[in-house]
Amino acid sequence: MLNFLIRRTVFMFVALFAVTVISFFIINLPKGDYVTAYIAQLQATGSLVDADEASNLRKFYGLDRPLYIQYLKWISQIVLEQNLGFSFEYNQPVTVVIAERLLLTIILAIATIIFIWIFAIPIGIISAVKQYSFWDYLFTFLGFIGLAIPDFMIALIMMYLFFVWFDFSPGGLFSPEFSQAAWSYARVMDLIEHMWIPIVVLGTAGTAQLIRITRANLLDELAKPYVVTARAKGLSEWKVIAKYPVRIALNPAISLTAYILPFLISGSVIVGVVLSLPTVGPMLVKALVAQDMYLAGGIILLVGFMTVIGTFISDLLLLWIDPRIRFEGS
Amino acid sequence: MNYLSKIKNKFFSDKIPEEIIVQEDESIQIATQRQLIWRRFKRHRLGFASSIVVILFYVVVLFADFLATSVPVHYGAARGFMPPQPIKFFQEGDFLSVCHVIGERNLESFRMEHTADCNNREPLQLFGKGYEYKLWGLFKTDRHLFAMKNPDANVDEWIHLMGTDKQGRDVFSRVMHGTRVSLTIGIIGVGLSIVFGIFIGSISGYYGGLIDSLLQRFIEIIRSVPTIPLYMGFSAAFPADWTINQVYFMITVIISLFAWTDLARVIRGRFLSLRDEDFVVAARLNGASTMRIVFVHMLPSFYSHIIAQASLALPLMIVTETSLSYLGLGLRPPAISYGVLLKDAQNVQAVAHSPWLFLPAIFVIVVILALNFMGDGIRDAADPYQEV
Repeated sequence: MLNFLIRRTVFMFVALFAVTVISFFIINLPKGDYVTAYIAQLQATGSLVDADEASNLRKFYGLDRPLYIQYLKWISQIVLEQNLGFSFEYNQPVTVVIAERLLLTIILAIATIIFIWIFAIPIGIISAVKQYSFWDYLFTFLGFIGLAIPDFMIALIMMYLFFVWFDFSPGGLFSPEFSQAAWSYARVMDLIEHMWIPIVVLGTAGTAQLIRITRANLLDELAKPYVVTARAKGLSEWKVIAKYPVRIALNPAISLTAYILPFLISGSVIVGVVLSLPTVGPMLVKALVAQDMYLAGGIILLVGFMTVIGTFISDLLLLWIDPRIRFEGS
Repeated sequence: MNYLSKIKNKFFSDKIPEEIIVQEDESIQIATQRQLIWRRFKRHRLGFASSIVVILFYVVVLFADFLATSVPVHYGAARGFMPPQPIKFFQEGDFLSVCHVIGERNLESFRMEHTADCNNREPLQLFGKGYEYKLWGLFKTDRHLFAMKNPDANVDEWIHLMGTDKQGRDVFSRVMHGTRVSLTIGIIGVGLSIVFGIFIGSISGYYGGLIDSLLQRFIEIIRSVPTIPLYMGFSAAFPADWTINQVYFMITVIISLFAWTDLARVIRGRFLSLRDEDFVVAARLNGASTMRIVFVHMLPSFYSHIIAQASLALPLMIVTETSLSYLGLGLRPPAISYGVLLKDAQNVQAVAHSPWLFLPAIFVIVVILALNFMGDGIRDAADPYQEV
């Protein structure tokens, strides 16, 4: 158990480090640096900056130093001061700009995972227990399609159908009166009312995948002798299935969550744009188009962190739920 | 036994005559690996039917210009939002013809309303002359599947098999060109990831040990990071003055930069399981070089797995390109790809009034589904014992 825990923790830190390097790399990709952008902004407001001043500014921000020193400076700022840099588009520190959107992104991701579990596991169990029944075929077919069609296409189709059938365009996570309001009970209820469309759109692929995995694993388990023994001993059918086979079949379901999390976050960025959600997705696109690199890099960094830490949490869950890993080596 | 019942026995008995079973057995025994896979694939009905759809799509890729009716970037505000024009068959002596469409602005809704006036028709010609293009960039020609018979008639004003978009560009021609761009990005991207995948997968699987675990952790890290934001970050950094071709090439490279991991894992697994097989050991003892063992002895034994994995990676690449272009971070107009076309379908209200703008989406869905089903079919055929 300790071994597993140490391995996963070390891996998490290495992955976090990799995310920071990639984010820093992306921030530095476009031509020009912070000072170029700053000068452009100053010039737009009418003040002039000469070459001397520019090089002084560069020295002040350490932009004349080699890249790895800049990286160290950037990363220590993040770790020590929670400072992700400054957004030119919004004229505010990046952390202030992203805070609420990041929170909504996290809420959306967690809600989607819960949605996936709630729907996929029972359906997977039904499909396995009633193999080759009508429901099994129906869900297998739907699963295939749900897995193949990219989520932003599902979003587009849903928007179109809603508009044609109900004459309303789904979008956003709040009604207009709540979009800028402070958090309150009414706002939370409003969020829940709006959230189900993006959840369904985002969760379709994951649900399809989890149904397949649960079905396959449970089918393997159901064929094993201990199930036959349990049945021969006269246990009720419900108990025969739910007590052990389902529990074992659930382990891959949990480790699969770690696997689908990156896809979920990737998807939420695009779906966020299609459905104009107040998540980090649309903001990332805007920031990239405007080359507001500290904002874009900050979003990529935090989204990456979210995924890596989410993966780690699902590892811990696996540890908690699967005694075979817990007692390994002891 | 009379003659009739003999026939009946021969054709309608439930039992399969013995000689056929024997025949099949023999042919299975002498069949090569490739023949066996092909046979299993043919039996996979969904996969087989899908592969025909995929082939049709790649025919479009090869002959996009020939199939397109008008230059896909030709615009004309007066022709905006024209509904699809069906081709009429056998009308008054013309084999194929199209009706003239008159657009009129409805003064209440301020929307263009189009009516077809079939008294005013123009005949069409198969394999007739249209705009000039270079087939595969080599042969100059101006032949098209559908063209106007009358050389004075302007194609842009007549043939719109799938209607026109806001700027009056022909949606059908644009879909044909978009198919070519999006599907070739997929193919080239898959080619690049196969190269990466074979390179890293074979090193990892062949040497094993420390190198293997380092490479596996590396792959794990890449897989644990959400790729779309990264793709977006990279493609936003393209200089604005790059040509379409440069952007096209870089997008392909970036997509395959992260997409090779699945392939590498499959290849590594195969290498690990084959590493100590007799034929590999024999080759090693005979003094064959590592390169020779890898490329001549080991790789050919699981080509089919690579092909299966590659055909499953293809739809993923197409989706990635489509998403990036849709967000405005991939290919940008005047380039045409599925993503660029879908961007036109972004405005729900416009689509609700002119639903044909949504046709590109159907093309994308069909090709993605077909590629997925085909990939599944190939995988099942290549390795019937593989678990989900």
